[in-house]
Amino acid sequence: MDVNQVIEEQITSNPVILYMKGSPQFPQCGFSAQAVEALTTVGKPFAYVNILEAPEIRSGLKEYANWPTYPQLWIKGELIGGSDIIMEMHNSGELRELVEEAAVDPEEGQG
Amino acid sequence: MSIATTIENRVREEMPVAHLELVNESDQHNVPENSETHFRLVAVSEAFAGMPRVRRHQRIYALLGDLMPQPVHALRIHAWTPEEWNARGGRVEASPACRGGSKHDPELGQ
Repeated sequence: MDVNQVIEEQITSNPVILYMKGSPQFPQCGFSAQAVEALTTVGKPFAYVNILEAPEIRSGLKEYANWPTYPQLWIKGELIGGSDIIMEMHNSGELRELVEEAAVDPEEGQG
Repeated sequence: MSIATTIENRVREEMPVAHLELVNESDQHNVPENSETHFRLVAVSEAFAGMPRVRRHQRIYALLGDLMPQPVHALRIHAWTPEEWNARGGRVEASPACRGGSKHDPELGQ
């Protein structure tokens, strides 16, 4: 499987997935930590990939997403954005709505 | 030309901006003094009207992506239309505290 296939598999089989530096328990970047905090507040489970330990995903996803930085939040196979967008949506309540909806219907992203 | 000037020039050349703010936040991070590695960009432009947030950021990244992750490690983007900017009262959220990531990141060898 090439890296694009791996990415597609990850973003479609996980309704909510965060590509981040470090892990939710030990984020290694303030921006990733903030994203984890926002998602944790919502309280639904989410998948993550530590891109510091996955160099191929790290460079491949930048191209795939047209997005050069991390974290990246993907919901139902779509790029939602990086930490600034995550925080804006967290503050406005949109993040909770989107995550809760994705969690209700986890198969939807695979169509 | 400084990195900051490069960033500003590229944005101004690409779109009409009603307001542009570029703050060097490098001193809040784990990098040498006087670095140009971490920036916060506020761009207020009609060009963003009708564009979802993710596309606005992608448009900025298309202009500046070649500067990342070297020399620019992080770029916070706030992209608003003039109406949205006014509705917000011209304010953005504060940046998070650094967690030292640049120190043990192979891509950012110092």
